[in-house]
Amino acid sequence: MSVADQAPRFTSPVEQRMWSERIPVPWWIFGLILLLLPVVANNFWLFQIMGWTFILGMIGLSLMFLAGYGGMVSLLQMSIAGMAGYMVAILGPSGAANVSLGLSWWIVIPAAFLIAALFATICGALAVRTDGIYTIMITLAIAAAFFYFTRQNYSIFNGYSGFNLVLPPKLFGVNWRAPVPFYYLTLACAVLCYGAVVYLARAPFGLALQGVRDNPRRMAALGFNVTAHRVAAYALTSVFASAGGILLVWQNAQIAPGTIGVSSAIDVLVVAVVGGIRRPLGPFIGAFIYVLLQVFSTDILGFFGFAADRFKLIIGIGFLAIVLFSPDGVLGLWDRWRAGVAARKAAATGGGA
Amino acid sequence: MNAPVVSSRINMPGAGNASSGNALELRGITKMFGALAAISDVTLSVKPGERRAVLGSNGAGKTTLFNCITGDFLPTAGLVRFFGEDVTVFPPHERIRRGLRRTYQISSLFTGLSVMDNVYLACCGVSRNRFSLVRPRPDDALVHAAEILVAAVHLTDDKDRLVGELAYGQQRQLEVALALSGAPRFVLFDEPAAGLSPTERADLVTILTSLPAHIGFIIIEHDMDVALRVADSVTMMHNGRIFKEGRSDEIESDPEVQELYLGGGHAQH
Ligand SMILES: Nc1ncnc2c1ncn2[C@@H]1O[C@H](COP(=O)(O)OP(=O)(O)O)[C@@H](O)[C@H]1O
Ligand SMILES: [Mg+2]
Repeated sequence: MSVADQAPRFTSPVEQRMWSERIPVPWWIFGLILLLLPVVANNFWLFQIMGWTFILGMIGLSLMFLAGYGGMVSLLQMSIAGMAGYMVAILGPSGAANVSLGLSWWIVIPAAFLIAALFATICGALAVRTDGIYTIMITLAIAAAFFYFTRQNYSIFNGYSGFNLVLPPKLFGVNWRAPVPFYYLTLACAVLCYGAVVYLARAPFGLALQGVRDNPRRMAALGFNVTAHRVAAYALTSVFASAGGILLVWQNAQIAPGTIGVSSAIDVLVVAVVGGIRRPLGPFIGAFIYVLLQVFSTDILGFFGFAADRFKLIIGIGFLAIVLFSPDGVLGLWDRWRAGVAARKAAATGGGA
Repeated sequence: MNAPVVSSRINMPGAGNASSGNALELRGITKMFGALAAISDVTLSVKPGERRAVLGSNGAGKTTLFNCITGDFLPTAGLVRFFGEDVTVFPPHERIRRGLRRTYQISSLFTGLSVMDNVYLACCGVSRNRFSLVRPRPDDALVHAAEILVAAVHLTDDKDRLVGELAYGQQRQLEVALALSGAPRFVLFDEPAAGLSPTERADLVTILTSLPAHIGFIIIEHDMDVALRVADSVTMMHNGRIFKEGRSDEIESDPEVQELYLGGGHAQH
């Protein structure tokens, strides 16, 4: 893996164009479709499928930043998201009135982000001294520990039952859990997170993170504190995971230990790898595929005569196929297909000339 | 003809703290790899602004000595002082931030990044911008500093090319540029001229001789031509030990050294 994918190029002033001119046409069309989707799509698609895709995509994006740019495969991202989600339920109002504090949203939301960031920083500090498989193991161990802790702790996390009736604040008089507002809310958050990652990849911090991934020894010889940089990456990605975690709680109107279990932690990895873990768009593609499979598994599996709970089997086979045939995920397949088309076109015109 | 390549500003912690008066002081440095003593009991001091050549056959322990100075490896025994400060157990980045720099014998570059980005990263590493979340504007001071360094190693025409696509000699020169970022006070050059063409060698000598006078360095170099032109003094190493030290002209006329280095095909000057 090299830094080339996100290489910042210091273009000379002559080459500088308006930002809007630098966005290719297909992206404008894609954006327009997303903006106008509520005109054609029904509530189920807006709230369940697209809303969930954006949320899962954001959590996957936090892993993509760590793994793709930092070379750190963390299974902690769902726990970090869950921590933020839990904090919203614990500090704000919920159905478990004896446990929740019922503070107002403008304290609760920043506090949730902060506590999740602190959690990510501490876990990151534990994880960054390890490499490769050991990072996966230690983050998985922390994720499992956090899951069992929330299940057994009743004074803060309300144990097995968790929290229900956790609703978004009625800001501007809008019910943000209604399908259309929720669709736009998650879309806006996803676009913001995506844009932030694209931007940060070329800022000194992101650039240095990719340098740390490719050549940590040289980075240290250039004055970078490699460990601090890695820990800071955990803290930074907690923002994307937390945004996803809070929206997830609002979408489900509840959070319980099951939300942050080991299988959810692994699903985040699957989503990012299937979509393409080297590029910020990948996790969203992966999330979309995952959500479609999850939601329509009953129909698909029924068609082939399997039980609906075999859904994980499809995901697992898909994951294997992707890892074997396209380490760059679905986006990698797409790239290769386009390169193939371009090559054939070039061959055709070359033959005609 | 030579624009200043590096800033002559000195504002590093420890500057002016000259308890020993030396830029670099090594005392009894030993590095064991298992049972092998790569260097044993090396004691060496270099004054600020002094330029020293380290000579010695392959495996003499020259690169290992550099690794102990920069903290890439911790020495098994001994003491490293940098401008009077005991940095023996400091991590590499702490030493770099105090003005120490190095190049690698085997180029250690970011091959997937452009030339400009490599040098820009080096400039960020020794500035407070390390953690900046804001992209540089074209008039950014660090971008400007990087452009000067790129120009100094004659890579301006290739500054947007990926480093992996550069010719070998160009990569070696970029390696030198990375070591001159920020405000270096002392630089370790590990065989910077190896594999360079005669023209590139001449360019390198120009860069080294035109560094600001307060910047000292140690250069490991097999080419006596290059070594004696840029260095005031010479340290000879053999089997992990120092066996001769002296001014360049003394060493040049030393019969033992003549035997080793100038007797063969090297005497071309
Ligand atoms: N990382 C290492 N692990 C084990 N042995 C090493 C290592 N680095 C160097 N050595 C050994 O230490 C000795 C000195 O090597 P080095 O410092 O690279 O010599 P020079 O740079 O003078 O050619 C050699 O015998 C080499 O094999
Ligand atoms: Mg060597």
